Parts: sequence; structure tokens; C-alpha cells
Amino acid sequence: MPALRSTRIALLIYGLFVICLLYLPLISVGFASISRARYISFPIRRYSTQWYGEALQSGTVRDLLVTSLSVAVIVTICSVIIAFFGALAFARYEWRYRTVFQKLILLPIFFPQTVLGLALLMWFNALGIIPTWKTAVVAHLVWITPIATLIVAIRAYGFDSALEEAARDLGASTRTILREITLPLLMPGLVTAGLFAFLLSWGNFPLSLFTTGADSTLPEWLYAKMVSGYSPLVPTLGIMSVVASIFLIIISFAVIWLVQKSKALTQV
Amino acid sequence: MQRLNNKLGLFSALPMLSILAIAFFAPLLVVAIFSSMPPKVFTLTHIPDFSAYSVFFQQGFYRSLLWSLGAAFISTVILLVVCWPLAFGMAKIFKSFTLVLTIAVVMSLFVSENIRLFGWVLTLMKGGLIEGHMRAWLGIGFDSPLYGVPVIVFGLVYAYLPFMLFPLAQGIATVPDDARQAAADLGASRWQIFAQIDVPLAAPGIVVGCLLCFVLSAGAVAESKILGGQAIITITDDIETAFTFGQDWPLGSALSVIFIAIVSVFALLAISVVDLDKIMGRKR
Repeated sequence: MPALRSTRIALLIYGLFVICLLYLPLISVGFASISRARYISFPIRRYSTQWYGEALQSGTVRDLLVTSLSVAVIVTICSVIIAFFGALAFARYEWRYRTVFQKLILLPIFFPQTVLGLALLMWFNALGIIPTWKTAVVAHLVWITPIATLIVAIRAYGFDSALEEAARDLGASTRTILREITLPLLMPGLVTAGLFAFLLSWGNFPLSLFTTGADSTLPEWLYAKMVSGYSPLVPTLGIMSVVASIFLIIISFAVIWLVQKSKALTQV
Repeated sequence: MQRLNNKLGLFSALPMLSILAIAFFAPLLVVAIFSSMPPKVFTLTHIPDFSAYSVFFQQGFYRSLLWSLGAAFISTVILLVVCWPLAFGMAKIFKSFTLVLTIAVVMSLFVSENIRLFGWVLTLMKGGLIEGHMRAWLGIGFDSPLYGVPVIVFGLVYAYLPFMLFPLAQGIATVPDDARQAAADLGASRWQIFAQIDVPLAAPGIVVGCLLCFVLSAGAVAESKILGGQAIITITDDIETAFTFGQDWPLGSALSVIFIAIVSVFALLAISVVDLDKIMGRKR
């Protein structure tokens, strides 16, 4: 049943409108970040990049970036490793409790993150662990590894298990199969999962809020300044954080593209 | 072979399961135990008296619970209406635009939620992007819609749109075109096709999207704090206050337990409905 041309166009316009609405707040933040005034009011009369200069020189900002970056990098590495095995258990091996496992890992995704953060704070307290950015890594992992697992699982569903069985019939050990066949086949999924893990950790606020202790990540600091004690650096740092994410996405896509291109060349 | 599979499966699931055990189930257990402790203690070595639960009713915390659930319900209904045409377009009508839309929506999720909400404050405030420009160019100003209940619902709708859109599009994609064509050939009106073919066949996607949005927005706190100026106090807000300013961990835990109990009914329902093998394109 082909849709009418007018319906198609109406829906397309609607879709574009929704995309614009999704990004409209970022446009406001972008303009605010280059406004010269300490307190923003539109239309902006004088533009200046002074807040960017200040942000780049500030020691607080450097600390925030280092903390956020450390958390995100460790979360990315750990979650990719766990997700690799998790995805095999999720999608590949026909084991008895597979469906139970599939439902279990959805639980943290459905769970309100603020409450999870508080629960973790009490748990660390009961264990006698003083929260620092390292405990925030644990908190992020609870929520991000299931998502990374789902992403790798999509890839794991797509590949032919006959490849692994053939290798097994030819006498390859389980470890050899993992290294020589499964890992290379899942690689694109792992890269995507790593990208998601990094970005979600980088932008996460509700989990960090209660689990970083005296340390502070960038989103936490932004929130603190939005709720009380406004700083003109808020829009500036917000935009810098977004630009960093965009940069990472572009680099990842470029790497994936280059790898695929070089593969295509070697096969010829 | 089955034994090998069982062994490999369990072995590969182990890292994930340990994370869940150490950092998800254990903390929840601690919260449950803490909720039974007498007021304002910080260790688990007291005699349980469950007094925190009676405070829930005495001090009217059920009000914030009802606000949260109410706002979550309304925003879920709005999301369903707003997302349906778009999801339908993604599943049945758009071609390459589906990919554009998917990427655009996913990318927006990578921007910290509080930056996006702060952007809405700048957009909607008096002297903000919209009002400021309208006043400067057209000479008409208006009162800021910020700091009220409607804007909180708007914030929830905005923040959780992707969580409705994707399950819905997934659900609608499973409606066979043949069934819709056959109904049309037999003289069904658009409305009849919608009510008797699309909705029933896309039901799993609808259910998952609604429950996901309901659960997430019931636990949301940033919308009411940043956009709403705390025009309503959400239950998560109360929980947070009990832990931080209130310094009453048992009370905070009791509130969490009550909230988790209600929300998990919906979450578990959603989880039991999803067939992940099917959604994620399992071939065998």
C-alpha cells in the first residue's frame, strides 16, 4: 500500500521538525557560549571568545576534564571486554540459562539511575569504601556494560556459527577459535560498543552525582552551577564537551572506514 | 555439544553476572535492609523497627510519588501520540531518511541530559532565544513558560522521545504490508486499518516503549529541577533530599524501596514482553 505523496512529505517535514527541536537547545547553548555578557540575554549584542580562553586556562576545568576522561576511558576498556564475552553468552552459545541472562542484563537499563547511584553510595559505605572517581567507574559499568553487550550481540547474531563449528571440527581449541575467528568477526561491534560506552560515560550525570565522592566530573560540575551559583563558563564547557564527543565520533568513523578500505585492498 | 555450550555460555556470562551481583543486586539488598533501620542511623548494626515506612504516610511523601507517577503517565501518553506518526514513517514510508533520523536521535542522546535541559532554559526563559528575539524584532514579548508543571512534562517528553520512538518503529516494522494491503482492498478505512491491523500487530513495540518511558520518566529528577524550578517535587527528589540534606538514610531507603517496588512491576512486565532474539534479528 504505497503512501500518498502528500503523506510522505508531511511526515518528512514532521521528522525534520523533530530533529530541529532535538537540537534547538544546543543552538541556544552555542550562542550563549560566545556571548560576551556575564548573564545571557538574547538577542546577543556582543560576541567574544573570552570564556573559551578562560576555560582553557582554568585549573578547575583541567581537573574536571581529567576526572571525566579517566572514568570514561576505564569504563570503555572494561565494558568492551565484558561485553565481548557477554554478547557470546547472550547471542551465540545455546546454554541453559540464556534467556534468563538476556532478561537479567536489561534490569539495570530499566532502573532509575539516580536511585541506583544512591544505592551504590550506601553499598560502598557499608563496605567501608570511600567514594572517589574509581567508584564512579563501577557505577558507570553497571549501566553501560549491558548496553555495550546489546550492541555487540547484534553483531554476534549476524555471523554464521558454521565458521566456528568448522574450526572446531578441524581441531582448533576454544581459545584459538575465539582469537582467530570470533574476535575478528565481532570487531566492528566492539568498536561501536566502545564508542557508545565512552560517550555515555562522558555525558553521564545521575550515576556520577553520588558515586564520585570529593571528585567531580564535567556533567556534575555543570549541574551544580546550573542549580546554584551560575557561572558564564557553563555554556562554554557544555559546548566544549559536545564538541569533544563529535570529534570522537568523527575519528571513530574515519578509523572504521580506513580499516574497511585497507581490508578491501588486501583482498584484491 | 550441549554440555560444552552450557559451559562456554556460563563462562562468558560470568564477568557480566559478577558486575550485576556486586554492583546491582548487592546495593539493592543493602537499601532494603537499610529501610528497616531506626531513623537517622548510618550503619546496619541496629535492630530493625521499620519506622521509616510509617513516616512515608505520616509526612505525605505519597504526594510526591503520585506527582511523579502522574507526570510520567501524562508524558508517556503524549510521547505515544507524538512518536506514532514518526515511527510509522520510519518503519513504512521513509527510505534513507530513516537512517538520518536514527543517527540524529541517537547522537542527541550522547549530549549530557542536563546540558540539553539547560539549553531549553536558555531557549524559553524571558530574554531567551525565542522571547528575546521576538521582543527585539517584532516587539511582542510573552511570559516565560518555565517553572511550571507543563514545562516539566515537556522536558520529560523531550528527554525520553528516543525511548518511545525506537521500540515503536520496531513494533510497526513487524506489521506485514500484506495485511494492511488486504484490509485496504477489502474496503477498510484508514482508521479501521490503524485500529484493527496496525495497533494490535505492533502491540509488543507499543507496550515496551510505553513501559520504558513510564519507568524512566517516573525516576527523572533533572527536568523538575532545571526546567521546573521544582514546581513539583518528584519522588526521586525526595529520596535524594532524605539522603543528602535530611541525613536520614533509612527514610531515603524506605522511599527507594517503595518506589522501586512500584516501578519494577512495570519494568518486569516490559522485560517479560520483549523477545530479544526476535528484535535483534536472530537468524536461527
